[in-house]
Amino acid sequence: MMPAWLEGHPGLPRLLAGLDTSGRAMTLAEHQRVHGDLPHRSPHELIEAIERSGLRGRGGADFPTARKLRTLASARRVSALVVNGSETEPASAKDRLLLTRLPHLVLDGAVLAADAVGAPEVVVQMGAGAGGSPASLEAALAARPKDPVPVSLVAAPEGYVAGEESAVMHYLNGGPPLPTFVPPRPFQKGYHRLPTLIQNPETLAQVALVARFGERWYRELGTSADPGSALVTISGAVADPGVYELAFGTPMSALLDAAGGTTEPLRALLVGGYFGTWVDASEAMGLRLAREDLRSVGCSLGAGVLIALGRSACGLHESARVIDYLARQSAGQCGPCTYGLRAIADSVTAVADGVAHGQERRRIERWCQEVKGRGACHHPDGATRFILSALDVFSQEIAEHREHHCRAEPAGLPVGGATVRQAAGQRS
Amino acid sequence: MSVRLKVNPIACEAHALCVELLPELIRLDDWGYPLIDSEHVPPELMGLAERAVDACPTLALIIEEEPE
Repeated sequence: MMPAWLEGHPGLPRLLAGLDTSGRAMTLAEHQRVHGDLPHRSPHELIEAIERSGLRGRGGADFPTARKLRTLASARRVSALVVNGSETEPASAKDRLLLTRLPHLVLDGAVLAADAVGAPEVVVQMGAGAGGSPASLEAALAARPKDPVPVSLVAAPEGYVAGEESAVMHYLNGGPPLPTFVPPRPFQKGYHRLPTLIQNPETLAQVALVARFGERWYRELGTSADPGSALVTISGAVADPGVYELAFGTPMSALLDAAGGTTEPLRALLVGGYFGTWVDASEAMGLRLAREDLRSVGCSLGAGVLIALGRSACGLHESARVIDYLARQSAGQCGPCTYGLRAIADSVTAVADGVAHGQERRRIERWCQEVKGRGACHHPDGATRFILSALDVFSQEIAEHREHHCRAEPAGLPVGGATVRQAAGQRS
Repeated sequence: MSVRLKVNPIACEAHALCVELLPELIRLDDWGYPLIDSEHVPPELMGLAERAVDACPTLALIIEEEPE
């Protein structure tokens, strides 16, 4: 039976097709019944099809997948394909959903991509939070003894920055899960200090579908600039928080409706997770799930995270909690990030508590501009983008908090230990 | 060829010798770490920039040559 949230979304689900309400992983037989056998595609054919499909990476960087595959395919030697399922963003649950419930789709894509770039092995790094048990992935691997490349499974270490690609490489090479100074980037020198292909699980699941059904099919959904569908983790003031698959071009209001609709009038939406951007609710409703729309308000979808903030909550206090979390999650390697984010977090907390000096906002803005771009990884860039958008969208609240004590209800944005329920999208 | 001044932020330990030697391009942030306002090194400052790079105790200051 078709789940209610799919009404009005023809052509969906694609990635989530066949997912039932049982909570268990799809077996190989079930997977093949839904999607058919994996066709043979030569590396050249596959990369051409991916290129024409317009697929971009779903880990947050939006990089064209075919271009990455081509770069690695032309390398003299590639050590591995690393599937980065770390998903350390607390408000995201899509990669764990794919790896725990639909492992064969990801593994199909992984085997194809490894073949396309000549990678002799696949390493899947999987996050442990929110039901991210490796058992179903282990069972899925055992059911595929004929895969042409060996696939191994590594438990991802905890920590927000541990999922950053240079940190993943550092960890797999025996170091701590901390970012390194780049370049070299993984495509130049990664796992075993050789060129490495690193991909997000959703990207590989999409590769598995394009390989089967072709680029024309892929483009039947979405817009010409952003073809296809995407997994979006929707949480906050919605009736059914969870992971949903929606076509690019879908209006924001339809996204919220898919998640059961809002539970109260909204004040703002956080688009793109904790490295993302707050958007005023009235402005957000005019947007579609498309890069051009999101860019027009300074946003990107990131790894597909959307958090609805209701009017009963306080965006300043929520932002203060999140920036405090991000400051604590700094790897502590780079001074501007270590000390800068701490100072920014303390100041934002003072502003939210209404005890800050009148000039504090300008100091926070100056610190954000100065800290941005001065870490080895993008942690300070994402954190400061988040705070600058908070100061902008909640400027009314900043003034009010100086006059009155804020009595807003905590909205409970997850900070450490994901609390987003997995896959409400599967309910029927 | 364009020449850029960069800091490896992991290696930098805020000794701040670079600011003493090259205040034309580098200032300190509120925590004592070097802030490079413009990475581009004009030819007349190349000598001073090279001295600052050599003086960094943790080899965190880098001159990168980039083809235009």
